Amino acid sequence: MSHLFTHPLPWYIAGPLIGLVVPALLLLGNKPFGVASNFRHLCAALAPCGIEFFSHDWKRLGGWNLAFLLGIFAGAVVASEVAPPLALTLSPHTTAALHQLGLHDLTGLTPHEVFAWASLFTLKGFVSIVIGGFLVGFGTAYAGGCTSGHAISGLADLQPASLLAVCGFFAGGLAGTYLILPIVLR
Amino acid sequence: MTLLPYFLIGSAFGVILVEAEVVSWFRIQEMFRFDAFHMYGIIGTAVLTAAISLLTIKRLGVRGPDGEPLGFTPKVLGTGARYLAGGTVFGLGWALTGACPGPLVALVGAGTPVMLVAFLSALGGTWTYGRLRPKLPH
Repeated sequence: MSHLFTHPLPWYIAGPLIGLVVPALLLLGNKPFGVASNFRHLCAALAPCGIEFFSHDWKRLGGWNLAFLLGIFAGAVVASEVAPPLALTLSPHTTAALHQLGLHDLTGLTPHEVFAWASLFTLKGFVSIVIGGFLVGFGTAYAGGCTSGHAISGLADLQPASLLAVCGFFAGGLAGTYLILPIVLR
Repeated sequence: MTLLPYFLIGSAFGVILVEAEVVSWFRIQEMFRFDAFHMYGIIGTAVLTAAISLLTIKRLGVRGPDGEPLGFTPKVLGTGARYLAGGTVFGLGWALTGACPGPLVALVGAGTPVMLVAFLSALGGTWTYGRLRPKLPH
């Protein structure tokens, strides 16, 4: 495999390109950039169960968003085939902290010791994958948006609700990093 | 309405998420440990670029196909409880999985297939929220 450029793509290129997704979606069809609404659309499609939150017309309202989601998957497949991420150069401080938590293989995009089928029913695997995923789905639905919907779209639009949400993202993220991961990973 | 353009923009987004290592569990750890500027640089410049684009669109008075002005519907603030509480729950999940919703899906395609379980679990989380919604403070 050849590498098209050195990794990672620098923040000053990646950030503005991600920011341009916002006007691209608006100009294309006045759609708000966001990913988490797809969970709601998929619930409406698969198991609405008479719940009011899932009674919307998911095909009409969410069709574009699901196409966008499928694109993310396809883009990730192509990117990892054509120009797979190289070994990470992780900050020394984080490296030391993760070693201390018992993670030794710091290659790849996720720690192999945790994010593997074989780890799914170990404590660290179950909490990281199953519980973590559940909290992502519950939290984004409750907050009405994720990183793209609140942190990027909402903050760019100067919405106070999104600022509150982002404060919550970091409160939860810090609690997860400093309180829960040390118990779970060790 | 054709869906192909949305698929293509999503693909570009997916490529960037992988190439800039936004999908990396390790980069998210660096971010929550305040050990690297990378993720802050990405989110910061993304917000700035989006804000300038939104301002430009408003200034020019660009309108959509139905004649409506382009832009976001403002979020209802209310007590703000749902944003703080929901945001905190999501933040916990973000730290544990190392992925927000976009990267969660990207990782399934980029060599961590077990993330499919996290994705299905996220659907379960959203479904549970939908079920409990009438009882939760908003």
